[in-house]
Amino acid sequence: MELSRRRFLQISSATVTGLAAVTSLSSITKGAKKIEEKTGKPAKGIQKIPTYCDLCFWKCSAVAYLKDGELWKIEGHTNDPLSNGRLCPRGTGGVGAHYDKDRLKTPLIRKSERGEEKWVSVTWTEALDYIADKMEKIKIEYGPESMALFSHGVGGTFLKHMIKAFGSPNETAPSFAQCRGPRETGFELTFGDIVGSPERTDIENTKCMVLIGSHLGENMHNTQVQEFAKANKKGATFIVVDPRFSTAASKAKYYLPIKPGTDIALLLAWMNVIVNENLYDKDYVEKYGFGFEQFAYEIKDYTPEWAYPRTGIDPKVIRETAYEMAKHKPATIVHPGRRTTWYGDDSQRSRAIALLNALLGSWGRKGGFFMPTKLSIPSYPYPEYPKPERGRVDNPDERFPFAKGELLANGIREATITGNPYPVKGWIIYATNLLQAIPNQEETIKAIQNLDLMVVVDVVPSEIAGWADVVLPESVYLERYDELNISPFKEGFVSIRQPVVDEPSHQKPNWWIAKELGKRLGLKKYFPWNDIEDYLDTRLKSVGLSLERLKKEGVVKAPKQPIYFEDGVQPNFWTPSGKIEFYSLQLKEKGFDPVPKFTEPESPPPGYFRLLMGRAPVHTFAKTQSNPILKDMMEENSVWINNDIAMRYGLKSGDYIKLKNTDGVVSNKVKVKATERIRPDSVYMVHGFGQRSKMLKSTYLKGASDAQLTTKYKLDPLMGGTAMNVNFVTFEREA
Amino acid sequence: MARYGMAIDTKLCVGCMDCVVACKTENNVPEGYNRDWITEEAFGKFPNINLEIRSERCNHCENAPCVSSCPTGASHYHDIGGVVLVEYNECIGCKACIASCPYDARFIHPDGYADKCTFCIHRVEEGKDPACVSVCPTNCMIFGDLDDPNSEISKQLNSRKHHSLKPVAGTNPKIFYLT
Repeated sequence: MELSRRRFLQISSATVTGLAAVTSLSSITKGAKKIEEKTGKPAKGIQKIPTYCDLCFWKCSAVAYLKDGELWKIEGHTNDPLSNGRLCPRGTGGVGAHYDKDRLKTPLIRKSERGEEKWVSVTWTEALDYIADKMEKIKIEYGPESMALFSHGVGGTFLKHMIKAFGSPNETAPSFAQCRGPRETGFELTFGDIVGSPERTDIENTKCMVLIGSHLGENMHNTQVQEFAKANKKGATFIVVDPRFSTAASKAKYYLPIKPGTDIALLLAWMNVIVNENLYDKDYVEKYGFGFEQFAYEIKDYTPEWAYPRTGIDPKVIRETAYEMAKHKPATIVHPGRRTTWYGDDSQRSRAIALLNALLGSWGRKGGFFMPTKLSIPSYPYPEYPKPERGRVDNPDERFPFAKGELLANGIREATITGNPYPVKGWIIYATNLLQAIPNQEETIKAIQNLDLMVVVDVVPSEIAGWADVVLPESVYLERYDELNISPFKEGFVSIRQPVVDEPSHQKPNWWIAKELGKRLGLKKYFPWNDIEDYLDTRLKSVGLSLERLKKEGVVKAPKQPIYFEDGVQPNFWTPSGKIEFYSLQLKEKGFDPVPKFTEPESPPPGYFRLLMGRAPVHTFAKTQSNPILKDMMEENSVWINNDIAMRYGLKSGDYIKLKNTDGVVSNKVKVKATERIRPDSVYMVHGFGQRSKMLKSTYLKGASDAQLTTKYKLDPLMGGTAMNVNFVTFEREA
Repeated sequence: MARYGMAIDTKLCVGCMDCVVACKTENNVPEGYNRDWITEEAFGKFPNINLEIRSERCNHCENAPCVSSCPTGASHYHDIGGVVLVEYNECIGCKACIASCPYDARFIHPDGYADKCTFCIHRVEEGKDPACVSVCPTNCMIFGDLDDPNSEISKQLNSRKHHSLKPVAGTNPKIFYLT
């Protein structure tokens, strides 16, 4: 199953020569056989087809089972380093995506006001001609940069390619500025590298893991949860910091019920103890660190006693947990989290987390942060993209000096509203529900009013689809090919997504949509492949693999490579100093704190509670609620309210209430969960519910939407991410 | 003769419901019904809380009231491993079993018969684990022969604290929660 070492070395140095062989794969083959070739009768028995999952972005490899030609179930692929043969509940429920009754069936064109959800069903030709015509008009009138693409997940690959070929640099995903962006900025400022996805946390080998707000187990990133359980079994110490007693907290030796918004104070106190008591990894810091003396000076006053009134955490517990982290170093992970857009100080908080890890010497070390490895497969040899005349639209005048990576989805939205630095007139939105993803729905709707074209490509009619001019129905992952998965991880691998069953009606895969649009936009030279099989085979052949082999095996692994410094990985830090920056001159230069500082968070007004949000293991964002299997697991969310508060308001579990925020926005009705498992000053909801798309019948107005209540947001001054845990709500009785 | 049971490590379980989903697809459990479920029980006062998370299902009791209350003999102990099963063709949907089960493990299938966990006997007979066990991302479930002292389940039950549900009901349940 594995590539030989020799082959792999050849692969690494391989270059692709020209466009080469167009293979004779003419029509796309679906995996499932409904009819036996020999007998001509309906297929009997079990068929197994490997493919990788699309229920979230983790991209676990799986094996789809068909019984008598019909899609039956999905299991993890045993050769896959991400799933290790076991999927998460969403992946296991993936068949529901195919059977979802609310799926979009045909292309739709709007026939009344935006947002009224009144449509005409049209053919693909009509829909694509309409879109291409509008895009050409935008290009002529405003320039190609005035088209923007928001996408999420690997399925966006070909539309991203199309928009770049069209000449626009404005392509992004809310998974950056609304999610993991601040974390990447904080780590990049410190180590010169991002955490990335899948996260490079070596949880399996850790002896001590600190989770700050990160709720593994509810947040179901498959490999992380599997490794969390393994570490647990091996007796690792967990320290969980969260205003809510999460599932992870129940596995922890120490639970720190922190006051929301004060994490930096706790982190500073931990670092203070570790530095003042000489518990840090001196060799590591000396060898790799830059500006340690200045850093030590900056944090010298932040004792646990200083942190106590700010965080509410007992100084004794702060010390004990610091000792615990130091005892297990470097096999200690202070987990960087994933959605880190909380309070507005997020990249500095993430930087504090990075610095604490640096003190513990855990970056690059076993049981800490591994150095990911990847099977390198050259990208398809496309012609060069046209160079846009105007740069990215999202960050005029570099207002956010460290917004250097992916674009800010909120920045594109703002430019669409203001026309500054130039107008944005067309949005293509692929598989992301912007109304739930970007805070302040009113601003999103305002931006939409300025558009000449809004296209949504999705599998179900999400809320954002309701505002589109054209809605294109996509095949679900079990019906389509996608880009190869070559995620960097503990070992290099490539995995394939391939069609298992036919689309139930007129849905089409993203690659086909992109190619067809490209054709209409005069971008034919950017789509030289016949179809995706040709594309995939070309890429795979360039490294001595083939589509045929991948279709059969699903996953091919590269030989193991070292992933820790101690095993020979060369430590490289791509910071200005080439070292781990304890003191950041580049931050100082731009007028920011070179070492993170604590600022007091806002307190809830009397009678209001801080609205916190998170994940449930059975749903992904706002995109799986209509999946009939996952809907049966969790049909609506509830609002967690501390028992004492609930009693004071005369509320009990099961009551329905509405939530009202300080801007007067009132939620849909939501069930109360009165519990001991949350601080009295906060309430908590699982994200993704309370959807208001009438076409999404099965989940229409089920539960409440935290996104609707997130009218306020704070912008991270370093990188422009949108902090969302800054809203306060009160309770309204259901009439 | 084997005596099948299950041990579930509550220290590892995160309550993700993968067991519930896997059961649903494996056994084609209809929309709106589940054969297994998650219970979360919190004790104590914030922030000093103990939380036990349990994956629950039919306990395949050795003294099963559903079997003794069944007027037609549809509910029975299977020859293999003492698994409690329902012979769907013989079930008249009278709900006596549902009333007698202390664990609320049964429901009436839309096709009219009493339905519940089968320990995936069709898989077990092929030498596989039940679907819920085989899918669990935390590996917190152990299925096996309680009479075999060398089985993983026996070893775990011999070496670790555990409890079963409602032991006072006198049903001799065969699902154990490691704590």
